[in-house]
Amino acid sequence: MEHTESEDKKVIVFQLGEEEYVIPVRHVGGIERLHSITRVPGTANYIKGVINLRGVVTPIIDLRTRFGMESKPYNEATRIIIVHVNEIEVGFIVDGANDVIDLPDEAIEPSPDVIGTEVYDYIRGVANMNERLLILLDLEQVLTQQDVEQAQQLSQMEG
Amino acid sequence: MDTTQYLSIFIDESTEHLNTMSDYMLELEKNPSDKSIIEEIFRAAHTLKGMSATMGYNDMADLTHKLENVFDAIRYDKLNVQVDMMDVLFEVHEQLLAMVEDIANGGTGEQDISDLVTKLEQLEKGEQPGPISESPTKEDIHQETSYEQAITDLDEFELSILNESSERGFSNYEITVQLSEDCLLKAARTFMVFEVLEKHGEVIKADPPVNDLEEENFDFRFKVLFITKHPEDELKKKLKKISEVNDVIISSFSINAYKKEKEKQLETNQKDIKKKKKAKEKSPSSPAGRQVSKTIRVNIERLDILMNLFEELVIDRGRLEQIASELNHQELQETVERMTRVSGDLQNIILTMRMVPVEQVFSRFPRMIRKLSREMNKDIAIKIIGAETELDRTVIDEIGDPLVHLLRNAVDHGIEKPEERRRKGKPEQGTIELKAYHSGNHVFIEITDDGAGINREKVLKKAIENGVIHESQADTLKDQEVYELILASGFSTAEVVSDVSGRGVGLDVVRTKIESLGGRVSIDSEYDKGSVFSIQLPLTLSIMSVLLVEIEKEKYAIPLSSIIETAIIEKKQILSAHHKKVIDFRGNVVPLVFLKDIFDVPQQSNHEEDEYESIVIVKKGEKMAALVVDSFIGQQEVVLKSLGKYLQDVFAISGATILGDGQVALIIDTNALVK
Repeated sequence: MEHTESEDKKVIVFQLGEEEYVIPVRHVGGIERLHSITRVPGTANYIKGVINLRGVVTPIIDLRTRFGMESKPYNEATRIIIVHVNEIEVGFIVDGANDVIDLPDEAIEPSPDVIGTEVYDYIRGVANMNERLLILLDLEQVLTQQDVEQAQQLSQMEG
Repeated sequence: MDTTQYLSIFIDESTEHLNTMSDYMLELEKNPSDKSIIEEIFRAAHTLKGMSATMGYNDMADLTHKLENVFDAIRYDKLNVQVDMMDVLFEVHEQLLAMVEDIANGGTGEQDISDLVTKLEQLEKGEQPGPISESPTKEDIHQETSYEQAITDLDEFELSILNESSERGFSNYEITVQLSEDCLLKAARTFMVFEVLEKHGEVIKADPPVNDLEEENFDFRFKVLFITKHPEDELKKKLKKISEVNDVIISSFSINAYKKEKEKQLETNQKDIKKKKKAKEKSPSSPAGRQVSKTIRVNIERLDILMNLFEELVIDRGRLEQIASELNHQELQETVERMTRVSGDLQNIILTMRMVPVEQVFSRFPRMIRKLSREMNKDIAIKIIGAETELDRTVIDEIGDPLVHLLRNAVDHGIEKPEERRRKGKPEQGTIELKAYHSGNHVFIEITDDGAGINREKVLKKAIENGVIHESQADTLKDQEVYELILASGFSTAEVVSDVSGRGVGLDVVRTKIESLGGRVSIDSEYDKGSVFSIQLPLTLSIMSVLLVEIEKEKYAIPLSSIIETAIIEKKQILSAHHKKVIDFRGNVVPLVFLKDIFDVPQQSNHEEDEYESIVIVKKGEKMAALVVDSFIGQQEVVLKSLGKYLQDVFAISGATILGDGQVALIIDTNALVK
């Protein structure tokens, strides 16, 4: 991922509760309104299921649940951000997404130590832009983490 | 020269030539004296040499050049075909395959070939005086043959005239006329030649044909087949009188010689045609096939895109059907019906376009078996039947490994060593038969060996040792159930590791793979007589018939191929056996599987307790299970989609499909539910 890092300054801003998160535009395939999700049994609780994204069956992750936040009912502002990382395509359910901004590298600081270490692996850094605190996500971590949990779940199911 | 644009063609064609080569090499081993086979191999090697040299792959060109020399020597009886020689030739062949693969993967195809080159050179020198004397002879014979085969295509009518003429005292001549190179009106001169000829006899055939002669489509030289009572000299003189005729060669034409030549050719042609049938468009080098079927190469990606687009269409078709039936509009319904029919035909065509003969996978097996059997000092012949059977490309891509595994197993554990076979009164050479055929919506691939068969007691003992089954089960199992234990995971252990089969993984990977393709493996065996491994595969993976069922508000699809029947049973028919709910279904005790519990379906409504349950009886081999659902929706053709990379190995779900209303329905993997 390192090689293009300097080029991708454009990021998409989305909201989860009171906080604002950003992900690089080059990973985003589109932003969709919520439409009917088919539940997939036997998967982690934050995997809400799959949707039909123009003929492609796409898994949907509820980021609130993924990040251990309190879930809240979906509303008009709820969006699905389609992201692809390393040939994986998934959708993130977020409270709202409506902003694309330029985020220079210098603005990003590594996540403050106080946040803790391993629990927040998926946070790559924090940027302070005009009084807005933006949290930069490490998409690979957001997605790989599930393998661990899913594996745990599976072993529970089988055992 | 920029050759990149030809790269993919080069790779395709080299692979084909190499396949042809190995096919013929195996045949050569069986009939070492058959010249026509050597000709084929020589031709393939020659073409490869030319292509690789043009593309600048020097190592490959070198190697093929040396290979060509060896075959050339065989061709002219300077060398005899021997087993050791074949070993080297196969080694070279493998090296070439590796090179092509390297090139296909973006490499340069450069590899250390000095060893092989030396071996080939030794082979080449083996029984011949020296490489220098070789080239002139080669040319001599070339000339001779090209002269002999001057006029070759005679139809029966022409033949009968020629036959009759010699009986009636006419002579048959083949006349070659050479016009002077500065001749301007070739057609006129030709006309004059023909005029002279026709005064003295009859022209049976001209080469090139008369049409071409009239249109001057030839270069200063043509041949005619001519019958006459006039002597040769007279003809020659008269023809030479025509101006701008440089030279006239008259030779007598013998029908017998022609026929012999023809027969020889026919034989090769027939072989070609047979080969052709087997290999379809496999070898563009064989003359018989080039004109026969017109094909174009299409990039596989385009076919995939076409398939995807069509899948979209199928989804919309489903939606249209639904709307039409809701609206109840006569004309709309008729139109939709027509569209459904047309798209059904379209579906068939697209599916057949993606079909590839299993030959593609099978072709490498003879080589593999040969190598393995030599490694293990066994004598094994492989018989391939039905290589032309077609399967969807996606399936073809996947079945290679399982088949390799089963074949290795047959070589290693199936066929006995020659001494042992002799003791048992069997022929020393073991036979493995690989057979593919269509039946209904399935393709069957069977691997039959006439080896030792499966020892029931041994298998049971090992299965109990490794904890696959419990001792108490041992006696109740039917023979076939016992055989299938060798496919169970955990059966094979590291103990049985040998070079050939069983690298500790065992045959369970075969079963897993085949089942993931929606297929099934079954085994039959007779002790000391041999075993049959039978693989059943669906024709295509992408579109299938399913039964849609509803559980609460969720819809699931069950593949029709695994359903025996559906039924509605009364609750009181449900029995309890060993804490499990079962039903008595046509004399069988079938366990009930409550999908609601398995899939953790959220309770939507408190609908009144029903006295009835809807069940779907599914099978997996001999075993059955009854899936309990809320209601049946109906049968439908659906497009199988994967859940994507992110969601792999979801329990009891094999994929998803998109319904007419755009909703996603999950496809149930019934194999995971039948225990």
